[in-house]
Amino acid sequence: MLYSLTRPLDLAMHIPDGFLSLPVSLVTWALSIALIALGLKQVQNRYNDRAVPLMGVCAAFIFAAQMINFPIPGGTSGHLLGGTLAGILLGPWAGALVMTVVFIVQAVLFQDGGLTVLGANIFNMGLVGTFAGYYLYKGIRSLFGLNSWRSMAVATAITGWLSVVVGSLLCALQLVLSNTVPLKVAVTSMLAWHIMIGIGEGLITLIAVSYVWRTRPDLLYDPPRAGSQKVSSVSSPF
Amino acid sequence: MKLPTSQKTIAFWLTGLGAAFFLAGIVSPFASPNPDGLDRVSQDQGFDTKAQENPPAHQLPFYAIFDEYALRGVPEPIATPLAGIVGTLVVFGMTWGMGKLLVKSPQEIPIPQAIESDGSRDDRHREGRE
Repeated sequence: MLYSLTRPLDLAMHIPDGFLSLPVSLVTWALSIALIALGLKQVQNRYNDRAVPLMGVCAAFIFAAQMINFPIPGGTSGHLLGGTLAGILLGPWAGALVMTVVFIVQAVLFQDGGLTVLGANIFNMGLVGTFAGYYLYKGIRSLFGLNSWRSMAVATAITGWLSVVVGSLLCALQLVLSNTVPLKVAVTSMLAWHIMIGIGEGLITLIAVSYVWRTRPDLLYDPPRAGSQKVSSVSSPF
Repeated sequence: MKLPTSQKTIAFWLTGLGAAFFLAGIVSPFASPNPDGLDRVSQDQGFDTKAQENPPAHQLPFYAIFDEYALRGVPEPIATPLAGIVGTLVVFGMTWGMGKLLVKSPQEIPIPQAIESDGSRDDRHREGRE
């Protein structure tokens, strides 16, 4: 217990070393490395240099936003993850890479999240939410209209919320497989908090995306089409 | 062919970066001190003691500079903002650097305008790429 009492301002705690067993840690490392490698390849093939500033700004914003814990009822706090935001702005691959950089810097520079469990943290919060979240978001938008703001808002909010809930479930599962905590307790307690925290994620992501939609919709990875004209690939960053 | 960076574009980037530095450098001390979701669960269920007291990250040189999100050796009120600003800069720089290493400039990627009138693609740009 002293471990948590000595910290002055405990910002953004991810999974620390010691919570996960070696096998679980190795598997999540392997999954993360595989997905990161895929992301690197896809970014190399599909993106041009106009995407670089957006990647940098997105990464900077997500890192900073992750520092701002907001209180939630019950004496706990939440913070933005940002995977959904990264995916919406940059697509699943560049988005995943941006998230990876954020988590690496957090763990290496600021001891936020253990180094042995960095693979798990990246996987839960930076990869699953960004990859799967992107396709879910895209699916919802396709369903309700690619050019409508309302459709965009719904897709963004739902995906943002779900990315937090699913991430927390994955974490719970990893804790259980590591024999750190029993299944029922892990799932119910993690879900209970993160169902609420996810609302914050959905809201913050919505506000950020709304700003981009209003000022530079062409920077969205899947921009709305103005009338029937496709956004020219010369001006697109991708 | 690089398009000129318009004022509107610059304003957009500045807003995004500005928001990041505002959050990291000004708002961060006001972040909620409550434990986050996992922290709370680990405390309630009693497995927070499993966290390593001296994790591998403590062996890194950065541990001498930052105590989590607090820059060491400066007055407490600015420790977190400074750590936040440094972190934001590092993340920005690393991402930019990574991006630059990975992506190509638009000239190297065949663009639709390069499609000839008979539908064939101008593949000159692709020569030399595997």
